[in-house]
Amino acid sequence: MIEIISAIVIILGVLFVVIGAVGLLRLPDFYIRISAITKAATVGVACIMIGVALNYNEISIAIKAFAVVLFLLITSPIAAHIIGRAAYDGGVPLWKKTEVNEYEEYKKKRENSDDPKDSDSKNSEG
Amino acid sequence: MSNWFEIVLIIALILLSFSIVLVFIRIVLGPSLPDRVISFDLIGTITIGMIAIYSIITGVESYMDAAIILSLVMFLGAIAFAYYMKKKH
Repeated sequence: MIEIISAIVIILGVLFVVIGAVGLLRLPDFYIRISAITKAATVGVACIMIGVALNYNEISIAIKAFAVVLFLLITSPIAAHIIGRAAYDGGVPLWKKTEVNEYEEYKKKRENSDDPKDSDSKNSEG
Repeated sequence: MSNWFEIVLIIALILLSFSIVLVFIRIVLGPSLPDRVISFDLIGTITIGMIAIYSIITGVESYMDAAIILSLVMFLGAIAFAYYMKKKH
């Protein structure tokens, strides 16, 4: 019984990962691609880890699987955010159908304001 | 471990390998450096899943430790690439 549930969860996770890989290959723009892989691959690996923990049926393996999922859930959005920001500053083009660009407005607003506190935070972030 | 379960796990490994091939096509095509960086990141994530499934097939529990380490080191790689991209311009 536990093997059936484990097999279903693992195959579900693998399908999520495959969908993420197809999205990385097919989507038109770097920023859309990064959103596809960050969500789909993380959910896929989380499902695979749940299946592995169910199959072993031991608390130590379950803790290890939980640690992997926790690290992925913490690190993957941060990495996507930082790489996306670096890519936008480096001039990677947006898709031609993109309409909303709040980061550009945010950058303009920051340059216009001469508040010393603002410019200080800008330096520390750059 | 029953026979059909092993077959399911091997099918899962084959599908994950197929998705690594798809990601590799994006690395070859990738118009910009960040595309290649996130493709590299996705290959690491897929490898974590493959290690976990392989640990069920062989029955060696210690492979899960390798999955934990890989999930941490991958993040450092992505951050280092982003830092390098910021430095470049």
